[in-house]
Amino acid sequence: MVNIKLKNINNFNCKDINLDIKDGEMMVLIGQTGAGKTTILNVISGLIPYEGSVYFNGKCMDNVSPAKRDVGYLFQSFALFPNLTVRENISFGLEVKDFDKNQINTRVDELTSLFGIEHIANRYPKGLSGGEKQRVAFARTLATNPKILLLDEPFSNLDPRTANILRNEMKNLQKELNITTVFVTHNQKEAFELADRVAVIKNGIIEQVSKPMDILFNPYTQSVHHLLGSPTILRCDEVKELDFGLAKVTCGSLSLVVINDGEPFDKVAILSYEIRLSKYPIDSVIPNKFKAKLVDVVAIGKSIVQLVVEIQNTKLTVELSKTNWNQLGIEVSENIYIAIPFGSIITSIK
Amino acid sequence: MNSEQNNYAPKIRGIFSILIFIALWEFSIRLGWMPGNIFFPPFSEVIGEIWEMLFDDLLIDSYKSSFIRVIIGFLVGATSGVIIGIWMGWSQKVYDWTKPIISILYPIPALGWLPLLMLIIGINEVLPVVIIFICSFFPIVYNTVKGIKEVKPEFINAARLLGASDFVILKKVVIPQALPYIFIGLKLESGAAWRTVVAAEMIAIPTGIGALMMRAENLMRIDIILVCLIILSVMCLIFESFFSYLEHRMTGEWN
Repeated sequence: MVNIKLKNINNFNCKDINLDIKDGEMMVLIGQTGAGKTTILNVISGLIPYEGSVYFNGKCMDNVSPAKRDVGYLFQSFALFPNLTVRENISFGLEVKDFDKNQINTRVDELTSLFGIEHIANRYPKGLSGGEKQRVAFARTLATNPKILLLDEPFSNLDPRTANILRNEMKNLQKELNITTVFVTHNQKEAFELADRVAVIKNGIIEQVSKPMDILFNPYTQSVHHLLGSPTILRCDEVKELDFGLAKVTCGSLSLVVINDGEPFDKVAILSYEIRLSKYPIDSVIPNKFKAKLVDVVAIGKSIVQLVVEIQNTKLTVELSKTNWNQLGIEVSENIYIAIPFGSIITSIK
Repeated sequence: MNSEQNNYAPKIRGIFSILIFIALWEFSIRLGWMPGNIFFPPFSEVIGEIWEMLFDDLLIDSYKSSFIRVIIGFLVGATSGVIIGIWMGWSQKVYDWTKPIISILYPIPALGWLPLLMLIIGINEVLPVVIIFICSFFPIVYNTVKGIKEVKPEFINAARLLGASDFVILKKVVIPQALPYIFIGLKLESGAAWRTVVAAEMIAIPTGIGALMMRAENLMRIDIILVCLIILSVMCLIFESFFSYLEHRMTGEWN
């Protein structure tokens, strides 16, 4: 178990943090840029000085150097040494820890095969794709069998398709190795998909630590709700199972088709930033298409605009980029067409 | 085929430009287009002169003097420059202590030290070596510091978290990544060392290529001056190419 109690960190916006991470758990730290997520990783790994204490399995780590903390840290930029080949990068940690040559070779072979990177083992990082670099960096991080894994937005520099594939790979591997992991992201979908528990951080303070569904359906504070894009939570009056793993739910006057594997649920959360808006009827094969009315423009931020639309007396919060808002060119009380894709509806567990 | 042609095209253009330059030099003098051509020999005569002088003790001794000065001065200057540059780049404390001194001394041209050094050292073999040392040391320190400081902290942090000591981090991560910057300094200053030694010999030292040129000027031997200039140009080129080759060998695969 990892236990962090922080009073203060010089020059960093982090204070009074108290976080317990269980063995084998995937703890996702979520928050906006500059919230202090990476700072917490740097404290756990000992890369920055701090006032407070960090314990690994009851052992105080405050005077233990980063090299001896036995943590694996996957950097956002991967930090692959450009002057070393893929193989040399992976074996770096083993070599400095004086493993013998045979052990190193066996371990590197094992990892390159696990990550499917045998074919690039003798290449330098320069010519590798983002996905390949990520795999190499992950292999290097795991090479020395660290007890704790720290991942700093490892998928943010990848294209969405590669990120999806690697996310699934990583999730499976983390469960298989049962390695305690702290994962930093600002991507909510990523957080919900990966986390055993989520810690929401705002301005260096942990606002809530809960299971992903609780964060969504029972936010402790308004700012947690706001950080998640103010999703609309609807109570379901009726749930009817359909074929192909779908269900039809009725929430007041609104009827929606959602993905459901048969688990009972009584609420749905509609992620505001996934809803699609159009001035004209939406023609594509998307379920949950409605004609709505724009009832309020709640906030116009630097890059995001928050709106409230009404469909058959049910109000939904919608977030969209400022560019999209300007392109839309629509006024309050005008009609608008919306589509709520499957991926934007999350069902609660009863 | 097309890409091969493109690869060779710049080289062919370069060779042609030199050939045209030589042809202009040769024929403008032979055809009497150059004023004062009695003093200025055509290219073919200069080549003939080089050939003759290659067996002449005067040129060989002068060349040897200059060469030894450059080698010793540059080796000491470059080695100490790289070592101190690494130290300054790695340790913030050392950097804070030494940066102001380096900043004050760096802009002074090496030859600017000459009058002072003549008074302190006197006119002897140490003088040109010290001048070349100064000429090489400061720019190489500067470039090395820059190279070390340019290495992103996350590489150092990554290595540290993988269990590496400071020494291993420097040896395997930081210095290799700083090499392209270190080589910029070495390439530029290896040529500059030759230019400086010749200038110093012209002003203050009675032996070497520079001194030979001054004597040739007294005797109005333009051919000897031209031979010395060609040697100077070739030596600058050889030294710079040597470091380019070394850089390519050490960083070409990954950089």
